[in-house]
Amino acid sequence: MATILAEGDEAAKPRENDVPEAVVVRFAGDSGDGMQLTGGQFTLSTALAGNDLATFPDFPAEIRAPIGTLFGVSAFQINFGSTEITTAGDQPDVLVAMNPAALKTNVAALKAGGLIIADSGEFNKRNLEKAKYEANPLEDGSLAKWDLLAFDISALTVEAVKPFGLGNKDALRCKNMWTLGLALWMFDRDRQPIIDGLNAKFKGDKKILADANIAALNAGHAYGETAELAGPLKKLHLEPSPSPAGLYRTVTGAESVSYGLVAGAQLAKLPMFFGGYPITPASAILHNLVKMKEFGVTTFQAEDEIAAICAAIGASYAGQLGVTSSSGPGIALKGEAMGLAIMTELPLVIVNSQRGGPSTGLPTKTEQSDLYQAVYGRNGDAPIPVIAARSPADCFEVAIEACRIAVQYMTPVILLTDGYIANAAEPWKVPNPADFAEFPVEFLEEKNGDGPEETRVVLPFKRDDKGVRPWIKPGTPGLMHRIGGIEKAVDTGNIDYSPLAHQTQTDARKAKIDGIAASIPDQDVALGQAGGKLAVVGWGSTYGPIHQAVRRMRAKGLDVSHVHVRHIWPLPQNLGELLHSYDHVLVPEMNTGQFKTVLRDQFLVDAKPLTKTSGQPFTIAELQEAIATFFDGIPGNEGGEVDADDTQLPSTKAVNP
Amino acid sequence: MNDMSPIQTTLKDWESDQEVRWCPGCGDYAILKAVQRTLPEIGADPANTVFVSGIGCSSRFPYYVESYGFHTIHGRAPAFATGIKLANPELDVWLVTGDGDGLSIGGNHTMHILRRNLNCQILLFNNEIYGLTKGQYSPTSRLGTPSPSSPVGSVDRPAQPAALALGAGARFVARGFDVSKELSGVLKAAHAHKGAAFVEIFQNCIVYNKDRFEDFAAPKGAEGSQLWLKNGEPMLFGSEKSGGVKGIALNIDHLHLEVVDVVDGDWQAAGVIVHDVTNRAIAHMLVEMPFGPFPMALGVLYDDPRPTFEDELLGQDRQVNAGKSADLGKLLAKGQTWTVTEGGPEL
Repeated sequence: MATILAEGDEAAKPRENDVPEAVVVRFAGDSGDGMQLTGGQFTLSTALAGNDLATFPDFPAEIRAPIGTLFGVSAFQINFGSTEITTAGDQPDVLVAMNPAALKTNVAALKAGGLIIADSGEFNKRNLEKAKYEANPLEDGSLAKWDLLAFDISALTVEAVKPFGLGNKDALRCKNMWTLGLALWMFDRDRQPIIDGLNAKFKGDKKILADANIAALNAGHAYGETAELAGPLKKLHLEPSPSPAGLYRTVTGAESVSYGLVAGAQLAKLPMFFGGYPITPASAILHNLVKMKEFGVTTFQAEDEIAAICAAIGASYAGQLGVTSSSGPGIALKGEAMGLAIMTELPLVIVNSQRGGPSTGLPTKTEQSDLYQAVYGRNGDAPIPVIAARSPADCFEVAIEACRIAVQYMTPVILLTDGYIANAAEPWKVPNPADFAEFPVEFLEEKNGDGPEETRVVLPFKRDDKGVRPWIKPGTPGLMHRIGGIEKAVDTGNIDYSPLAHQTQTDARKAKIDGIAASIPDQDVALGQAGGKLAVVGWGSTYGPIHQAVRRMRAKGLDVSHVHVRHIWPLPQNLGELLHSYDHVLVPEMNTGQFKTVLRDQFLVDAKPLTKTSGQPFTIAELQEAIATFFDGIPGNEGGEVDADDTQLPSTKAVNP
Repeated sequence: MNDMSPIQTTLKDWESDQEVRWCPGCGDYAILKAVQRTLPEIGADPANTVFVSGIGCSSRFPYYVESYGFHTIHGRAPAFATGIKLANPELDVWLVTGDGDGLSIGGNHTMHILRRNLNCQILLFNNEIYGLTKGQYSPTSRLGTPSPSSPVGSVDRPAQPAALALGAGARFVARGFDVSKELSGVLKAAHAHKGAAFVEIFQNCIVYNKDRFEDFAAPKGAEGSQLWLKNGEPMLFGSEKSGGVKGIALNIDHLHLEVVDVVDGDWQAAGVIVHDVTNRAIAHMLVEMPFGPFPMALGVLYDDPRPTFEDELLGQDRQVNAGKSADLGKLLAKGQTWTVTEGGPEL
């Protein structure tokens, strides 16, 4: 791939008072060090300070990987600032490394001149060996291109919590709060919300843990304030970012999907039934919904993925809104049951929090590689609507839309999110559920056949002008009928394998799903305009990096626009025309080019893929580089594959060639 | 079962307008009639009755009953039934499955519906063969069964449906066979049981496994080969004509059942035990009792209800929800929030 000329990154460009608009901090430590908690708490305090932010939790698949190992490193990255933030940031400005393994796996991604804060107490012989360091990097000068602050956080923490008489092991567990305290000082953040949170979490006989953690937090903060530190450690105050007025909170994709599903069921005036089976990273949806039962939600943890979807279909058959959720391997198991829901034309929402595949793949990393599975992955001609959320907050609206399509078209609907969206948090302007249009369901109550009342029959598969059959609840007097997975006669739904019946019903099922396109909005242009040299077309969680990359390239005067597609199947009616209005179309995806194939097939458009399958989101720089290939005058270098490297962050080669 | 006021129907009311498509002479016809005869007798309401099935010959059953019916996918009927029942506990759910559907591809779901104790009737038609796929040996086929997929005889040891059900935690286990006059009584008992009621019904596959159960199901010699269990009555079978009245006794020294001769009707002297449907230990012995040395144990082998899954789950939900309002707007605005005003954030 061609490289773009190095040019100042606007977001990180120093302003007059030398305070950047945005800062990227990465906390990295052992999986037992509490980095996700530290990151989450820092996120909260950042949101409360009015900065816009995006986060990227990155953790190993092992629950308690052996201490100090390279594969046991857990990291949490946050990008926050006084401008609009849509990605978790490319390269950290600050890396907090709690042990040698955390340093080793993350330091290569750190911005040149960035700051490393390391717990020197953990850089002992044993841990250095585990991290495969031959010499101590804190002492051998190998970190010279970065600013380094190394001090014994372990010892300082133990000292700070001494009055509480904890054992050494428990005392060391407060290390993350000490580090958080220091980070809060660095970025001028209020400690009180964290203190309140700790007091709420540890009560009664656990109060001593709250006290110890608060002491560690305060000690870390005080260390920043009072220690006579030379050089890099200094206090930064980032101005609040401008946002539309309103009430805000932070939300993860898993929370937002759950709220959206509940809102969708409410708008449909239906109770909701959720069938689930534990799987990473989808389980969080089940965990959220069990706490929302007062909203007419029944949750069922089934014996397997198949039973989870079958129970949800059973509930839909009985008149509730059936919902199931999983990740790729579980979705594969649900395939046959999806076919039944398509065949019996029952509403159902299937949420897929995508992760790296195939098979078990990368359970805790993100990927967008289940698009083919969603659009095409069933036996027979089995059309199913597919929609994709682009961010944690977007999940709310998309979940409502999935519920609407499911009940209005009597069809299963697949909602795609991914591991990144499910786990990441972002500020969310709290929506008012009353602002959404209701789509109340009407069940059939009377026989719908023709003729005089006494001979009238029920026709469970009589279609309306949109090709939709009526929804009939068992328990309704006089409307007894049978449905199943066998091909059926028009109107009556009786078993019918005849050539005409199968041809007619296959056509009718396809026409019904195709017709959904009439009920969805036209495709808009997220940034830029219709027509021009290049459209960067994305779907799902690539929204943030694409948007920023296009914004920056447009600022350089390049004729590039961003189109982000929510409705993957059926596609918006105007999308073909829109794509043909550009000279070139680039489709960045975290897979080997799946949406690109769909677009080529549907619109005969020469879409070029930009693929990445390292389990990490795109960086803005990678996308800028790919956009530049359309403007550099070198033929044939457009698109391709983003290089992977061994750090836990996206390729640095793209940024520091 | 459900606590609904019984409604008046006849066998005719339960016949759908669909042509029955089983092979002529199939045992399924007799079971269908037995069910259609039983439903009016228990006061069932067609509008409130749902037959759910998987895939296989037996699973075509719902199409022929004039009620609500859902012909689902292979082996998964218990999962659909669970969703239906949790969505509407008022529905009277009958699950129809077979030895392949319920014990092979769907064995997992059968186990879980039983241990959870969903209130429904599970009718497992056991013909010891795969009929719809043309005669392969099934998980209940006897050792050495020759079939298109086991030309020299099957080597898999057969599963015992009733034993599996009891092992999975079933609180009601019964047995009957297709042409038996007693089948309706067994179905009524299953319906009267609140919870998952498992009924194994031996069924003659006229084409691929003809007369497999003749050695106990044939009218001739039935007295000596069938043990019809009745709660509170001694476990007696046979007659003078069949070679003497016999009974089942418990060998206390070796903890197993044995067949004993009853002389002059004095079953107590012979040590014959009285059937107690709530005795789980004896039930375990009855379901394992090998036919041949023993008669075939039929009727209600075990019946000891426990709280049902839907009552427990929905009851817990009601308890948790008590006093909570369902205001989504309020929930979304809960927790740590901040307000942004036109001029910037207000902290």
